Amino acid sequence: MTAIRTAALGTAQAPATRRITYREAMREAIREAMRADPRVFLMGEDVGRYGGCYAVSKGLLDEFGPERVRDTPLSEATFVGAGIGAALGGVRPIVEVMTVNFSLLALDQIVNNAATLLHMSGGQFNVPLVIRMATGAGRQLAAQHSHGFEGLFAHVPGLKVLAPATVEDARGMLAPALADPNPVIIFEHVMLYGMEGELPDGGDAVSIDRAAVRRPGRDVTLVTFGGTLPRTLTAADALAADGVDAEVVDLRALRPLDMDTILTSVRRTRRAVIVDEEWRSGSLAAEISARLMEQAFYDLDAPVQRVCGAEVPMPYARHLEQAAIPQPAQIVDAVRATMAP
Amino acid sequence: MTIAPAAVAPAPGAADGPDHALALLRDMLRIRRMEERCAELYQAEKIRGFLHLYIGEEAVAVGMMQALTPDDAIVATYREHGHALVRGVSARAIMAEMFGRSAGCSGGRGGSMHLFDATTRFYGGSAIVGGGIPLAVGLALADDMQGRARVTACFFGDGAVAEGVFHESMNLAALWHLPVLFACENNRYAMGTALERAQSEPDIAAKAAAYRVPAWTVDGMDVEAVEQAARAAVESVRQGGGPHLLELRTYRFRAHSMFDPELYRTREEVEAWKARCPIAAYEARLRERGTLDDARLQALEAEVFAELDDAVAFAESAPVEDPSTLTHDVYREERAP
Repeated sequence: MTAIRTAALGTAQAPATRRITYREAMREAIREAMRADPRVFLMGEDVGRYGGCYAVSKGLLDEFGPERVRDTPLSEATFVGAGIGAALGGVRPIVEVMTVNFSLLALDQIVNNAATLLHMSGGQFNVPLVIRMATGAGRQLAAQHSHGFEGLFAHVPGLKVLAPATVEDARGMLAPALADPNPVIIFEHVMLYGMEGELPDGGDAVSIDRAAVRRPGRDVTLVTFGGTLPRTLTAADALAADGVDAEVVDLRALRPLDMDTILTSVRRTRRAVIVDEEWRSGSLAAEISARLMEQAFYDLDAPVQRVCGAEVPMPYARHLEQAAIPQPAQIVDAVRATMAP
Repeated sequence: MTIAPAAVAPAPGAADGPDHALALLRDMLRIRRMEERCAELYQAEKIRGFLHLYIGEEAVAVGMMQALTPDDAIVATYREHGHALVRGVSARAIMAEMFGRSAGCSGGRGGSMHLFDATTRFYGGSAIVGGGIPLAVGLALADDMQGRARVTACFFGDGAVAEGVFHESMNLAALWHLPVLFACENNRYAMGTALERAQSEPDIAAKAAAYRVPAWTVDGMDVEAVEQAARAAVESVRQGGGPHLLELRTYRFRAHSMFDPELYRTREEVEAWKARCPIAAYEARLRERGTLDDARLQALEAEVFAELDDAVAFAESAPVEDPSTLTHDVYREERAP
């Protein structure tokens, strides 16, 4: 697709990429999906007139009207459940949940309905629903607006869970998520919305099954996802200055997990550090660590290390909040611990 | 305050003649006898898990289903055997499901509380109280957005009225003017908690007024009254009248599930309601009308028994699912166009 478009421009100088924010990339993806398929619509709290709490859907109401950009009352369980019902009824809802903490009000619908209906009905009723939610810390929003529950949702069979951490993924994951016959949850980290990045021209759909190596390296594998990818890359740069060549694996899909990519990397580097902003106990980092122990124990030269969020409800004060989430310096320290003889 | 329907349909028993009346009776008997058989099969340990019987409430499902077309959708609760049967799910498929067999209507994955059937647009079988209500709103939203004149009937009990999603869903359905018929089967107890002990306003139809949802209460022990109300409500919903609510006052004759100590209600109360048995009452009415006599009733019972015998024999001999398929249908594999 990219090659065809470039060729059509008839010039070798045509830019292969363009600069765009994560927020704009997500908005473009929604707009494109709604233009492509009249069954697709967006609903959630303040997605219409307000333009979205994080301004992702700004302008979409003007283009698509209130039938397809639906402001809902504050009733997470019901509008998520209605999204499930609407998906069963043959339309393609994109449901926005303002922030992941609020999604707990809809947890019953997501876990007891969206995730179970296909199996519970003996394969008769699938739920082709996309739920988008803002997640993560960094904006001093304290304990009821700052958590990440990606691991909690990734625990549930029947759900697919995605964490775009680049503008390319923000732009490209929605279309395959909508085409997927299963419920897909897309986690958008609040610290990424303003991030700019290079988007390959066209911004085509991307895989939603595979992890990606964001930085190749030989000495240690850093596994992360979502909002901690930039911090992990920063840590990798710092390590490079010290002569440690870290490979960074961005999980992208949290359920199902692409263990092949993780294992391929770890078997080569023989060391792994998992960076996960969520609470350490029972986290996705714990799951990956366990799988590495099960599947790559004899390939490891050092115990797997984890850099996770502190086990505390997220505090408000900036220095405390920052102390509660993984920092590049901690990642560097964890890598050094795995490199120690 | 109860908002009455604008137009009241003629009494169906009189208008539609004796055949229709006998069909109503027959469907109530099918539910009653199936539930009795289920109780026996539970004691015999053929059916396991939870088993919530509908005995005493048959007039509600039977009356309601008369008003729905094959194109309409149904969302039901965990006490839904009767709804599924009358909707057109075969007794074989229901019984096989309760036996946990692959020929069951949910492939043995659901059991008593999770009967599903795509062919009849029967969307379960939800065992989270109130959990099916938003689903019904969403099904109606899909119809509304696609310009289809279909109705989604959503069954739930009086217990669900205490759940937040009931209120959220009433609000959303009314706000968006969606074609949902809320059918509240008020059997007076949320498991063991009486309505009056759980609700500051025990008049459920009155709650609908807060959401500007037309609602009225119906004698849920009278199958013709239920049918009449259902026809009026469904017609109004189908004509674009937005959501409606029927509060169907009924009573569960048996325990909440298979066994409970019944400490929460008196024997006298149960007996008083049993005296209003919807089947016995309807039989008496049809005898008065000259529609029913002993011979006809025996013939009906024989038909019903034959259907159940066949269903049980089918379930008994149906193969069990191969455990190698255990994780099938967790995800659907193929991509949509």
